Amino acid sequence: MSTLKPVSTRSAVTGAIGTVAGLLVALALMIGFFSWQSEYFFTTDTFVTIANDIPAVAVTAVGMTFVLIIAGIDLSVGSVMALAAAAAGIAMLQWNWPLLPAVGLAMLTGVVVGAVNGAVTVAWRLPSFIVTLGMLEVARGAAYIATDSRTQYIGGKIDWLGKPMLAGLSPAFFIAIAVIVLAQVVLTRTVFGRQMIGIGTNEEAMRLAGVDPRPVKIAVFAIAGLLAGLGGVFLASRLEAADPNAGTGAELVVIASVVIGGTSLMGGRGSVVSTFFGVLVISVLEAGLAQIGASEPTKRIITGCVIIVAVVLDTLRERRKARG
Amino acid sequence: MKPADATPPAATAASTPSVLLAGSGLGKTYATPVLAGVDFELRAGEVLALTGENGAGKSTLSKIVAGLVAPTAGTMTLAGQPYAPASRKDAERQGVRMVMQELSLVPTMSVAENLLLDRLPNRFGFIRRDALNDAAARQMALIGLQDIDPRMPVGQLGVGYQQMVEIARSLVGQCRLLILDEPTATLTARETEHLFRQIALLKQRGVGIVYISHRLDELQRVADRVMVLRDGRHIDTHPMRDLTQADIVRSMVGHDVHEGLDRDRRPAGKPAMRVRGMTRGSVVRDVDFDLHAGEVLGLAGLVGSGRTELLRLIYGADRKDRGEVLLGAATTPARIASPVQAVRAGIGLVTEDRKSQGLLLPLPIRINATLANLRAVARGGWLRRDAEAREVTRLRELLRVRSDSIEQPVNQLSGGNQQKVIFARWLHRDCDVLLLDEPTRGVDIGARADIYAQMDRLAAAGKALAVVSSDLRELMSVCDRIGVMSAGRLVRIFERGEWTEQLLLEAAFSAYGAAAPAAPANERQEHAA
Repeated sequence: MSTLKPVSTRSAVTGAIGTVAGLLVALALMIGFFSWQSEYFFTTDTFVTIANDIPAVAVTAVGMTFVLIIAGIDLSVGSVMALAAAAAGIAMLQWNWPLLPAVGLAMLTGVVVGAVNGAVTVAWRLPSFIVTLGMLEVARGAAYIATDSRTQYIGGKIDWLGKPMLAGLSPAFFIAIAVIVLAQVVLTRTVFGRQMIGIGTNEEAMRLAGVDPRPVKIAVFAIAGLLAGLGGVFLASRLEAADPNAGTGAELVVIASVVIGGTSLMGGRGSVVSTFFGVLVISVLEAGLAQIGASEPTKRIITGCVIIVAVVLDTLRERRKARG
Repeated sequence: MKPADATPPAATAASTPSVLLAGSGLGKTYATPVLAGVDFELRAGEVLALTGENGAGKSTLSKIVAGLVAPTAGTMTLAGQPYAPASRKDAERQGVRMVMQELSLVPTMSVAENLLLDRLPNRFGFIRRDALNDAAARQMALIGLQDIDPRMPVGQLGVGYQQMVEIARSLVGQCRLLILDEPTATLTARETEHLFRQIALLKQRGVGIVYISHRLDELQRVADRVMVLRDGRHIDTHPMRDLTQADIVRSMVGHDVHEGLDRDRRPAGKPAMRVRGMTRGSVVRDVDFDLHAGEVLGLAGLVGSGRTELLRLIYGADRKDRGEVLLGAATTPARIASPVQAVRAGIGLVTEDRKSQGLLLPLPIRINATLANLRAVARGGWLRRDAEAREVTRLRELLRVRSDSIEQPVNQLSGGNQQKVIFARWLHRDCDVLLLDEPTRGVDIGARADIYAQMDRLAAAGKALAVVSSDLRELMSVCDRIGVMSAGRLVRIFERGEWTEQLLLEAAFSAYGAAAPAAPANERQEHAA
């Protein structure tokens, strides 16, 4: 009875476009404001810096988008970034591996950690919040052991990834864009993507339709680990080092970016492309506030408020849509 | 029993001093009327049994009295005063209380805390434990429950005692009228005895009791009068002592319907599925049946008789204690421990609750329809969206799903169209055995006809269908055979032509305690006919 709605057919696709449009407006407003406040903001330098800063958070946020879509959460990504960077660092420093295999090892580390997150969550039907909270500590501890609790300087072997390659943009930036495009295609065009959205919307209905949610969930956590591992490598390339403290608190920035991008914490709804714009909003905000000379506490307060406002606006928009 | 119009006129009834509650012309209409023109009265200190088939309007009527549902027509008086409760709280303030089937106790809190949850004795917000426990003990003693320690957490009590605590809670404060909805459903024989003693005590205190139960033998013990509802109407009310169980069943059914005799049984093919010894606790007990290709088997029974549970066990949605399912000509049981395996083995399930267990509500028809068979619209893991759209468009037209487009979110569709989307999902999957649980619940007449037509088409195509429904007439018109479940057992399977509504209903009641002996009633019926 209550579902007999006046006809309105805004599909999931137009919904995502609406979110992206809103984020573009927000970005334009922020860029306008910061350009007005600081003559140095609206320059190529600023945008190149932002572009080269975002790959670590961006690829990790892609994985987080998947996790949120299946109604999970992954709090361990910041620690996984540090652990994966440590793995790459050791491979290059102690075993003299070249860059590519070392990156592969970092990503493998991420996959293993992520798969463990997923397997434990599924096997004992635990909230992923708790499982990944535990993993946050475990992976951080492992990163300390791997690095001997010291920042391991890697140097020129890894900084290629973060150095400008084309038009001032780094390979990491291009890789991040490729990951985003690929992930969006996986989400919207594959059976796996469809199953993710279904599980996040109504897991019991999926189970009763004959789809086993468990392998899908494990795979999603493994992908989140893989991408956090890649993010860790990007972070290390910027620092030219494997720092056991790298990525501390990154999970919060990542989750905030994804949520600003309109992905629902309740699962079932999300888009990798709008996550990318969510990442942009946060990094433009950070860069702009730094340029106009805002203090660190002010920056944090403003960033926090922006996160809350973004989610409130998105929720209101969704409710209006649900009412039809 | 005479086919009498025994309903007393409400006006004269209300003037009798002993009348506690009187209703006049009570009705409730949602999309369709579920209750219409009901007059009744409840006297102080009596037990009025309320009975009828599934969906006869028992729970609607009792919810109106308890203030949970507002009537769309009619009035009530309580002890001579106009009575129109605005809410359950309002009804409780006036001394009218209802004990629901689902208990509303907090398991981690003590008996005393549960009893006095909304009036905890306290000083400056700090609970006075001794006062609390004393008050609770007094309350329990009122209904003869001295042996329960008020400090015991409710979760540690057996279900029966929890029920007692729930009743005790409704008696806190003033209670003039108590509604008990299937109070013995979870009780053991001993606990039931205890409950009946409590009811006798309440009667002595002048409390009027409305007692809803499927167990006719119980009614004979506990009720003073029996009120029968059918299709939302008050059929009659008689003193219990004048009635036999067969009388009660007969008035529930009304004129005995032999529906669906106009067409022959569909030609049954080879067995498509053989179920043997299916058991889960006391919910489903040793159920055996065969389902043939090309037939529609109905599963009738009262709500809670194990019909839904049986389907879920076959489908692997719940874990069975034991039992096997043999598919086709197989001589070894199929391995079905999960819905994934069931679907792979060619079984589909249309769930009872399509919103929570069937649909992805905010998502479009297209996504909902292909869920069970994504492989058919994918290649190497990549969705072929054109093929998917073509396929869903075809299904939408075949099933006549009323919608803007295949991209319309299903939460914007009516119940009937939502159900068609689920049908589309299983047509798309093309399973050999389709299990349907209340497929037409909340579905309008037009969509019903479409759904019946699809079932017909599937049977004609050699599929095997098993349908659970609370609507006996629906089963009689759609099915080739009807199995009746009662208290977890499949008590009898009727062939087309053997059944009447009366026989089906008697079978449905038969395994609850010592109900009407089905066979003699059966013979009487045939002689009478």
